[in-house]
Amino acid sequence: MGLEANLLKNDGIITTTFDAVIAWARKNSVWPMPMGISCCAIEMMASADPKYDIARFGSEVMRMTPRQCDLMIVAGTVTYKMSHVVKKIYDQMPDPKWVIAMGACTSSGGMYRSYSVVQGIDQFLPVDVYVAGCPPRPENLINALMQIQEKVGRSKARDYSDIAMPELKILQNN
Amino acid sequence: MIEQYIPIFLVIGFALVFAFATVFSSNIFGPKRPTPEKLSTYESGMKPIGGTNERVSVKYYLVAMFFIIFDLEVIFVYPWAVQFRKMFHEFGTPVFVSMLVFLVVLELGYLYVYKKGGFKWD
Repeated sequence: MGLEANLLKNDGIITTTFDAVIAWARKNSVWPMPMGISCCAIEMMASADPKYDIARFGSEVMRMTPRQCDLMIVAGTVTYKMSHVVKKIYDQMPDPKWVIAMGACTSSGGMYRSYSVVQGIDQFLPVDVYVAGCPPRPENLINALMQIQEKVGRSKARDYSDIAMPELKILQNN
Repeated sequence: MIEQYIPIFLVIGFALVFAFATVFSSNIFGPKRPTPEKLSTYESGMKPIGGTNERVSVKYYLVAMFFIIFDLEVIFVYPWAVQFRKMFHEFGTPVFVSMLVFLVVLELGYLYVYKKGGFKWD
């Protein structure tokens, strides 16, 4: 508050760049795609309730369609069978987009060192933030969201960080 | 007289300009990076099967209409039946006759539908 008042006192004019304004707008309205696959989703839901209140960060609108989302919160164990669904929904989200890998299973396979579970979704998705925990507490998810906001705040308006991800092979030598 | 309405016209004009500007500016300046995958139908991540505008047989509509008619009939009959004894003591036979007329009218409709084959599924 004081900063703007001081700025306005001098000339009454504030100059900025489009990139800065767009990044500021983007980072305060990150709409998540709740990719709740298993138990972590409960904590993700809890982060939206009044106690933790993800709305403080402008992210309360969990959209059930990828068309309106900026952030994919992958919450839960991703099996190989489900990985195609996750990838397809990620592909259907409009650019620019970010990914949070929530929980141990999503980040690394967790305790499921199994033939059916993807050992970390970074094998097929460009993950921005990993959240530790099994499941992570809502505060932890909100912390991840703040990290995402920081990252979004640094982004340029038309700078898309396209990371070519390899096609996930179903058969894998575990 | 017309001068009094100038502020209203201004507000209408401003609202129109603002609405169109906001809607179409995002359309013009918003980034568009279509890919075939992105434009594909959203079916919760699954491959869509078949078309989206499936045609539904008109039979469902008929059944729904008949259901509503006889459902409403029941709605009218139930409170009447519950209060029948009390009302009969108070007003006498017209209570019974009026409901009978109502039911007969509906029953005529029922017979008409039956004769027309409205209850046949095939």
